[in-house]
Amino acid sequence: MSDIIEINNLTKKFGDKVAVDGITFSVHEGELFGFLGPNGAGKTTTVRCVSTLTNITSGEVLVNGVDVTKHQIDAKQYMGVIQQQISLDKDLTIRENMISHAMYHGMGKKEREERIKELTEYFSLGEYLDKPVDALSGGWKKRAAIVCAMLHQPRVLFLDEPTSGLDINARRLLWDVVKKLNQSGTTIILTTHYIEEAQVLCDRVGIIDHGKIIALDSPSVLIERTGKMCVESMVDKKTQYKYFQHMADAQKYISDNNLDDAIMRRTTLEDVFVELTGKSVGDQR
Amino acid sequence: MSETVYKRNTGFFHQVYHVAWSDLMFMRHNFLNILIMTVMSPLLYLIAFGYGLRTGETSIGVSYIAFVIPGIVSLSSLTSSFASTSTRVNVQRLYYKSFDEMMMCPLNISAIVLGKSMLGLVRGLLGCFLMYALGLFLAPDLQLTPLAVICICLSCMVFSMLGLLAAMLAKSHQSMATFNSLIILPMTFLCGTFFSVDDLDTVFQVILYCLPLTYSSSCIRAACLPDVIDFPWWCLAAMIVFAIVFFLINHYLLKTRKI
Repeated sequence: MSDIIEINNLTKKFGDKVAVDGITFSVHEGELFGFLGPNGAGKTTTVRCVSTLTNITSGEVLVNGVDVTKHQIDAKQYMGVIQQQISLDKDLTIRENMISHAMYHGMGKKEREERIKELTEYFSLGEYLDKPVDALSGGWKKRAAIVCAMLHQPRVLFLDEPTSGLDINARRLLWDVVKKLNQSGTTIILTTHYIEEAQVLCDRVGIIDHGKIIALDSPSVLIERTGKMCVESMVDKKTQYKYFQHMADAQKYISDNNLDDAIMRRTTLEDVFVELTGKSVGDQR
Repeated sequence: MSETVYKRNTGFFHQVYHVAWSDLMFMRHNFLNILIMTVMSPLLYLIAFGYGLRTGETSIGVSYIAFVIPGIVSLSSLTSSFASTSTRVNVQRLYYKSFDEMMMCPLNISAIVLGKSMLGLVRGLLGCFLMYALGLFLAPDLQLTPLAVICICLSCMVFSMLGLLAAMLAKSHQSMATFNSLIILPMTFLCGTFFSVDDLDTVFQVILYCLPLTYSSSCIRAACLPDVIDFPWWCLAAMIVFAIVFFLINHYLLKTRKI
């Protein structure tokens, strides 16, 4: 599988503060890649650097082999970005937002009309097209934003915290949309602090903390490395977690230590995250 | 998904139009409100300063109303062009985040600067020419000259780009208001709109000649009263310099993402 995104030693500083600290990784074409980390870990800054919204301090970012610093306009043609905050123009209708976005990419009338029709049918947005942005709920606004970002047929789609602020139903509907897009061949890079989201959706996950990637692999491999089984028990009024590769080992540990109130369960990506970073995902920097 | 390959319109002027399109749509949706806002304040200035405060003849030999209308036209270019560009970009950048969205698209930065200035230019021209038309009716000394049209267009463009600059530097809605109070409001009253800058002390003249509206009102007044005032070509040159400087600063801010 070829790499659609190659990031080499990417660093971004804001004054003295290092937001992204020399990270190196690549994303394969057609992959659904998750970027997981606590708030302020450097996820959004990385996406902003790759999508050219923020200038990088040092390092190299290639999108489809094109250097985003040296050939910004060329690189932007391959990318679609959906920001954390819904970035539709609220003074326009949904259709006008789509037309405007298509025009930014130089799409002519016939092409943009075809694409808008095709994508609004695909995302069941037809009835909302001529409504003002604020007439839509958060989930539908996100869908409209995804349509805007997909109009020019990008090879890579960045989704920055796409389900942040959505209720659980809207979140799951959006997961279906993301999966569908990925199945149609679009490479997706998703940043999230919802562990479940990363575990359900992503082929590979990069865990970022303090601007550095501390683990990168598929969720199942990361879980396997930590231990597939988790024993959760109370020791000195504190919850203690122990990880084991086999259920028998976990059971032996419980009986050897007389942990009658211990809970044995499968290890989750959240356990991996806590093990690696020492903090839970929602923690602020 | 569609497989047809279409040619993309990525020429420079296409891009300028594409950037301006959403703002022009916004103007179309709000045309009546914009028209009222554009016309109301110059009309009030005309009534208050043109009729309420002074009448009679000026030192250059024309009625005060003929003197003040070109000043109000240049004032319209400032208020309408600056306010419409700065408010819209400020909202798009800080609240809607749709400015970021545009910045992630494959657009030439010069096309973004010019495209984002188009709303201010169009609205400024609307306000200026309505006031100009009213002036031609009220003051027979005023003339419609090609030079006046050029000066008005240039003035609207200068103030629209100043609006873009202010909106890109603004960290909040409040900082826009501060910019208005410190720069725009003094320009409104002092830069040769209601009285000649030449009547002031040299110190004030030096300060006022640092501000673009002084040049704009000098050029527009001279172009509207060609039989009375010699056209100050150096003021037109200064206006062009302001336009180039504002363009370059906007370009720099966008290129370096210092916004």
